[in-house]
Amino acid sequence: MSQYDELRECIISGKKARVGELTQQFLDEDKVAKEILDEGLIPGMAVVGKKFQEGEYFIPEMLLSARALNVGLDLLKPHLEASDVKPVATVVVGTVKGDIHDIGKNLVSIMLRGGGFEVIDAGVDVSPNKFVEMAKEANADIIGLSALLTTTMPSMLDTVQAFETDGMRDKVKIMIGGAPLTTEYAEKIGADGYAANASLAVEMAKKLVGV
Amino acid sequence: MMYESLAYKTSNEMMFGKTVHPLHCGHDLVLGGGLVFPEVNFTLPVMQVDQKSLPKILKQYEEMVSMVLNRLVILDVPGAVIEFEHAPQMTEHLEIGAEVTAQTKQLMDDYYKKHGLKTALRATICDIREKERPPKMRTGEAVKTVFESFRVNAQNGADMLSIESTGGKEVSDRALMEANLPGLLLALGILAPRDMHFLWREICNIAQDEKVVAAGDSACAFANTAMVLADQKFIPNVLAAIVRAMSAVRSLVAFEEGAVGPSKDCAYEGPVIKAITGYPISMEGKSSACAHFSHMGNIAMAVTDLWSNESVQNVKLLSGFAPEVFTEVLSYDCRLMNEAVVEGDENTIKKLLVKSDEYKSVHALMVSPESSYKIAKAIVGANSDFERTRQAGIIACEIMKTAFEEKKIILSEREIVYLNRFEDEFQTYSNEESVLRVALPDFEELFLASEYGL
Repeated sequence: MSQYDELRECIISGKKARVGELTQQFLDEDKVAKEILDEGLIPGMAVVGKKFQEGEYFIPEMLLSARALNVGLDLLKPHLEASDVKPVATVVVGTVKGDIHDIGKNLVSIMLRGGGFEVIDAGVDVSPNKFVEMAKEANADIIGLSALLTTTMPSMLDTVQAFETDGMRDKVKIMIGGAPLTTEYAEKIGADGYAANASLAVEMAKKLVGV
Repeated sequence: MMYESLAYKTSNEMMFGKTVHPLHCGHDLVLGGGLVFPEVNFTLPVMQVDQKSLPKILKQYEEMVSMVLNRLVILDVPGAVIEFEHAPQMTEHLEIGAEVTAQTKQLMDDYYKKHGLKTALRATICDIREKERPPKMRTGEAVKTVFESFRVNAQNGADMLSIESTGGKEVSDRALMEANLPGLLLALGILAPRDMHFLWREICNIAQDEKVVAAGDSACAFANTAMVLADQKFIPNVLAAIVRAMSAVRSLVAFEEGAVGPSKDCAYEGPVIKAITGYPISMEGKSSACAHFSHMGNIAMAVTDLWSNESVQNVKLLSGFAPEVFTEVLSYDCRLMNEAVVEGDENTIKKLLVKSDEYKSVHALMVSPESSYKIAKAIVGANSDFERTRQAGIIACEIMKTAFEEKKIILSEREIVYLNRFEDEFQTYSNEESVLRVALPDFEELFLASEYGL
């Protein structure tokens, strides 16, 4: 039995208020913020991710857990920052220029957050230069590009090229996703990876940053 | 105008290729007058779409339209609809949409003169209003461009005007992922119908001015999104089926504002629309597997008037390019249905189309003629857009529950938990006030109330 069992269970069952109470209680007891994160919150979300992968959870259940996680994270954040604890990596995600489909992109954001990534959502119809600008601002490690239309796929190449032109290409990994895309297309445009769905996007992101 | 009764006495009366109000359009084409015709749609391969690439775009469309028309002639197809569905940039840059439409229509004119091929051109404008978040549905520049695009496409040869409009989608998207029924009632019962009244009043005015057909809309942004999310096991199937039924109400509004069909191919709510209005519909099923997965491959054909492939890229297959290949597939499906009518076997074909899919999934169950008729009846029995949407959801729950209890359909335990929950919640949220009280705090940041006249 771990002292963080209940916290973990509350993340799994999406009990937002109780996660807040327990996290605060641990902080009041002078527990280390990183320990609360690593032994309570993140393992709880890992179970949620597994349940989702295995078809036991739908997105609504996962969202409840993600919200509970956010309550805990908000309480831990000042302590983590003070002790210089960083997220797994920072990801800027967005739907490329000309495309306005965003459900896939939103799901990827949820899954990445649940996986311990910091996610900055650039929105839809995002120009190549905007991606570069946001990546610089956030000091991003990964850029996630989404497209649903064959006619907006070329915007992905434009975005990769914008990072090259700006001298930023070596500083970020670029992954792509969306219905018409393939690993071959990722290779063709010089992206670093392709993920077929939101769950695989987390695995790909981890792979890209070597976690 | 608000429909208060149904166009058919029973669902058995509804039949493919036949409508209460046949529609004359294009070059001597009569939709719903006894024959089912292919509706062919195609899209560009991977390429840039902007003003600079217009010559390349036109060349692509010229090739695709010519090969489709040629295949229709070879197969002696009695008629067809060609759909030109805009990518966002084709609506934003008016000249791109207009020139593709003009060129397509010219080719159709040529084939009519040379071969007597009866065709009509549907232009489907892209709803670019949702680019901005929260979207400006009534006051932004985008809405002016959308209306202007309808007009220039009509002036350049479109015979029928359509759109897959998105009013309420900004709320629906999140509500779907949260399985949030008050949010869905807000999106589909309040916002979407209000937007449809605004949008289609103007589209119908434009169609009247330009002497073209105001065809119809699709709840693709709501119900097909839900179906795809359910297929990926992101949300319960029962929720997607409920949304399918609820979203028929917002699509019906187009007809209440003056649209006369055919409704859009991806509008699986089409049979509900046909049951209420008696106007022709377009549907897609197995022959749209090139564009997306569905559970309604056969059943979608049961009462349709146009049979579509949804969309296919201009890529080379062994027998030819994809648009001509799918034209052939659609043509043979239509030939079978039309021959069944000639032989007096249409009821047998319809029965088999329905029975082969009906209880394989809740998605198919929801589009069966019988279910669609029940949903249609529930809709016309209520007297406001909100109450109609709610009643459509309630009857969808009943249809699924009954099929499950009669052991005709299999639902997992967790699907049943959701189904019971939604049944209860429909009783809890019985009026607009109760929905707004609960949903507004959660969703008000996503939409601009004034853009819906609220």
